[in-house]
Amino acid sequence: MRHLRAVNQKARRIDDYVASLDEDVVALQGPGQGGRGGNPANPLSQRPHVPLGCSLVFSPGWEVDSAGGTAGLCQPVERDLYDCYVTCFWPAQVPDHLNNYPDWTAKCAAATKDWRNIDLVFP
Amino acid sequence: MTAQEATYHLGEFRAFEGGGKKFLYLVPSAGIFELDREAEAVLTRLAQGGASHQELSALAGEEVVQELYQAHAIAGDGGFAEPLQQPQADFPLQTLVMNLTNQCNLSCQYCYEFGEDKVATPEGKPKFMDFETGKASVDYLFATSGGRRAIHITFFGGETLMNFPLLKQIVDYASGLAAERGRYIDFSLTTNATLLTPTIIEYLSEKRIGVTVSMDGGKEAHDKFRVFANGKGSYDIIEPRVRALIRDHKTRPITARVTMTSQAMDVMGTYRHLKDELGFWEVGFAPVTTAPNRLYSINERGLDSVLEQFRALADDYLAHALRGEHHGFSNVSDTLAELHQGVSKSHPCGAGLGLVGVGPSGDIAPCHRFVDSDTHRLGHVSNGIDRERQTDFLGRGHIHSKTDCRTCFARPLCAGGCHHEAYVRYGDTGHPNLHYCDWIRGWTDTCLQIYGAIAAQNPSFLEHFSERKAA
Repeated sequence: MRHLRAVNQKARRIDDYVASLDEDVVALQGPGQGGRGGNPANPLSQRPHVPLGCSLVFSPGWEVDSAGGTAGLCQPVERDLYDCYVTCFWPAQVPDHLNNYPDWTAKCAAATKDWRNIDLVFP
Repeated sequence: MTAQEATYHLGEFRAFEGGGKKFLYLVPSAGIFELDREAEAVLTRLAQGGASHQELSALAGEEVVQELYQAHAIAGDGGFAEPLQQPQADFPLQTLVMNLTNQCNLSCQYCYEFGEDKVATPEGKPKFMDFETGKASVDYLFATSGGRRAIHITFFGGETLMNFPLLKQIVDYASGLAAERGRYIDFSLTTNATLLTPTIIEYLSEKRIGVTVSMDGGKEAHDKFRVFANGKGSYDIIEPRVRALIRDHKTRPITARVTMTSQAMDVMGTYRHLKDELGFWEVGFAPVTTAPNRLYSINERGLDSVLEQFRALADDYLAHALRGEHHGFSNVSDTLAELHQGVSKSHPCGAGLGLVGVGPSGDIAPCHRFVDSDTHRLGHVSNGIDRERQTDFLGRGHIHSKTDCRTCFARPLCAGGCHHEAYVRYGDTGHPNLHYCDWIRGWTDTCLQIYGAIAAQNPSFLEHFSERKAA
């Protein structure tokens, strides 16, 4: 913020939070209720405030680098598919583990530890 | 609604000045922001009544309106909802206050454990804790402190040192357990200092046990209430012992805790004596907890006088802080620590949440002040806390249950005040301590101004408070 200088630790957290509203990557989320973000004239049109990417749940996927792109990611973007495969209800295009690639994630017992072992698939 | 049609009002905050700068203490978030001229202009305008987005933007620019709104310093027509936040049900324990005995060798008339307003019902219960109960208490602390790496045990009484052998056993047992499990544990105690010996002092120093001495000032003030059963004052007995303690206990700072009564309210004189003449590192003051009709109870005029003296001593604190020097008035340090961290409390203290008291029988109470009270018993160390009783206690004490507090700017810090004080005054632990409201607001205001002055003129001093435990 330019006109309010955060002085104590709580104010710095508020400041960080407000900044994150402008900087976080958000998608597929409807308008939020309450909270601090968005258009001050209309609280109901506030921006969503659930961050995607490196979030509460470890999930190798849906991530962006610090610049908001995919060039600096710690893993290839192809591995984004893993999250679609494991948790997402949406029928995304993932390797067909029933017929053609049954071992696609065989080496990945725990995503938080083994995500580097997910095979790449080139159909 | 379009942006141009929106109407704004002031949000909830306390505006204050310090060191020539203007600040806001936001409520309930407890964020502290410094204002620039544009932000100030918007707030000055809104102090006269609501204004449109268009008007405010024309006055100071759209950006500042947005920032003030995002910080909740200004609100739209609907205001902001204050979400009800309940602590998690199995809140991990951090501090155990162990009343090693309910016996004391002094007979202080105002004592909340023995005096006219006592809540304890010790009849038929053990007078001294035994090792089995002590051990079970420590086990209980380790079992219910969840993932916390650091845990604390505070020894209390009665007079704590009347059960010194058990204290040593517990320190050994708990330290062993902590080493075994990779936990960090520290110990502290409160004492009337009458039983301190060179051997005990050496032990306390060697084991890094923090010591708070209950002491009310110089001989005259101290001996008003802190007397032996025969009425003789305890000052002459403790004075050389306190000096020895401060001289020889080298591992932790020694603090004094002063109970103020209608007959002992000389804050400055007491502070000078305890800090400068005896050498305590810090001195903390609290008014006696009592029903209002007791002779030693401090009435409203007395509280005004105490606040005035607190302010004078706080000015002295500020002068020290601006020079980057330590000052021992801990009422200021404790409040500044909470302000710096931006504490916004759902409950006035950790009683019944992260802290519980255990009596000599092993009964668990919300804190040491309720130990041995059948009415307030929460459970026993052998089988834990009765969640229903705990929920009742915490529900009463929650800031959202205290309608009187709803519009008070001091509620992030005060949250209605001490549960025990409320019970003694009003017969309900969840009753806000209305007899202190003006005082608390006055004191919070004073500390905000000090905080602002330090933030403006010597901000690095505030880093002392980043880690200091907020009460």
